[in-house]
Amino acid sequence: MEQNKIICISCPIGCRMTIQSKDGKITSIIGNACPKGIKYAEEEFINPLRILTTTVKVIGGELPLVSVKTEKSIPKRLLLKAMVEIAKIEVKAQVKIGQVIKDDLLGTGVSLVATRNIKRVDSNLFS
Amino acid sequence: MKLEYDLVIIGGGPAGLAVALEAEKNGVENILLLERDEYLGGILPQCIHNGFGLQYFKEELTGPEYADRFITQINNHKVDIKTETMVVKITPNKQIIALNRNDGLLCIKARAIVLAMGCRERTREAIAIAGSRPAGIFTAGTAQRYINIEGYMVGHEVIILGSGDIGMIMARRMTLEGAKVKAVLEIMPFSTGLIRNKVQCLDDFNIPLKFNHTITRIEGRKRVEKVTITQVDKNLQAIFGTEEEIHCDTILLSVGLIPENELTKEVGIRLDPVTGGPVVNENRETEIEGIFACGNVLHVHDLADFVTEEGEIVGRAVDEYLKGNRKFRSQPIKIFPGDNIAYVVPQHIDFIVPGRKKIKLFMRVKKPEERVKINLIDDKGRVLTAYKKRIVTPGEMVSVFLPEVLLDDKLKNITISIKRD
Repeated sequence: MEQNKIICISCPIGCRMTIQSKDGKITSIIGNACPKGIKYAEEEFINPLRILTTTVKVIGGELPLVSVKTEKSIPKRLLLKAMVEIAKIEVKAQVKIGQVIKDDLLGTGVSLVATRNIKRVDSNLFS
Repeated sequence: MKLEYDLVIIGGGPAGLAVALEAEKNGVENILLLERDEYLGGILPQCIHNGFGLQYFKEELTGPEYADRFITQINNHKVDIKTETMVVKITPNKQIIALNRNDGLLCIKARAIVLAMGCRERTREAIAIAGSRPAGIFTAGTAQRYINIEGYMVGHEVIILGSGDIGMIMARRMTLEGAKVKAVLEIMPFSTGLIRNKVQCLDDFNIPLKFNHTITRIEGRKRVEKVTITQVDKNLQAIFGTEEEIHCDTILLSVGLIPENELTKEVGIRLDPVTGGPVVNENRETEIEGIFACGNVLHVHDLADFVTEEGEIVGRAVDEYLKGNRKFRSQPIKIFPGDNIAYVVPQHIDFIVPGRKKIKLFMRVKKPEERVKINLIDDKGRVLTAYKKRIVTPGEMVSVFLPEVLLDDKLKNITISIKRD
């Protein structure tokens, strides 16, 4: 028997739930005030997913960075590993919002896309 | 150069952008939008996290994407825009003194002005932390700009004071960028931010959140070296003997936002002492006719979506004001905060509007409470209408509808109170 404690984020109540499990299978969920809690607990227990948002270095742009996000959510356990991978990327300006910066991030099948426009500047005195 | 406009909007963040688009859509011509930064969007471009737009667009966007939706639209509309332009004064007869590097000093005449200057962060000075004054102390938003826009990492070992949304979001951001966030401290016994941020920014990365704690001393010669944290009692006073020293090189402060109302005060508009923003009617019009306010300059919002909604209210109201087809009530209805309500916006209702069904009132509670009724009470103590809520917390703005049918001619005051259900 294993116990995991999680807080539901479906609404501002923030129910504190306890998930009991055996061999990776849920045996009981307690502490939820409504059915949304059960669904959230199941998803969080089996495969917690998160959208990762960060920045990527830009060469020759009006700004040194462009903000990016994973187009879909990726497994929570991969967040820090993804950051290491994304730190290696450099992208040349101009960058367009929605542009794919890297496809298939860490073999997840999820692309990393730009979330803003960055114009190209021919010479940047400050860089 | 054109120096006369029907509408001048001060501030190109989500509030100002929404006003410009909605006013133009309703037929207002000659609109000028003034922004002091190089780019439109206000604070949104540095808020690279997601969670924006769920209410307004029914999809989840990041801050820069949310801003881009409006910036793209405004570039296709008949709105004049001046960036890198700082407004230094407005006058009661609606002249705007502004300056920028290309035009020099400008004096612009407007028929209507919208204040959409947003807010700024409280600093170390505002909360008076003892100790030395080394480098390494930032407001959370300043650190966010350095990391997300300018490309500077601000530190390695971090203590964050304040569990508001910006504080928690920066705890995650610093962690993802390789820093060690040693703790987030909250002086209150509850978080002032959204529950989702507590889970996804702190719990996901095992960052401890210490309630009833604050920083009582900062030490360091050139750079922050350590802080003393102390537990506080019910009156938020430090409890002697609970001090603990934590080594760190960086302190981020997320200790509240202040609506930026220097222009407003100077022109003589009365501010609400609780919101820090102007006192307004249901059109978000201040006590000077034709000067409106919306967004975080009016009261600090928790979601950009609500700022957009408020900007649109003002966009429509400006059009009605310019057309001159408004009918005042014989006397305004004043709205007062009652039990466990910190403030209500708007503060009064001034107009008779044919066909209007209801007025949305926005408020913030003082402390969390579960299973409550929000009562709207008249001068004689009668409950006009009531709304049940499963939970109210200071971190999440509450809104209720005031049905138009309840507003008879004799009604002078409405008090909004929270009662246990």
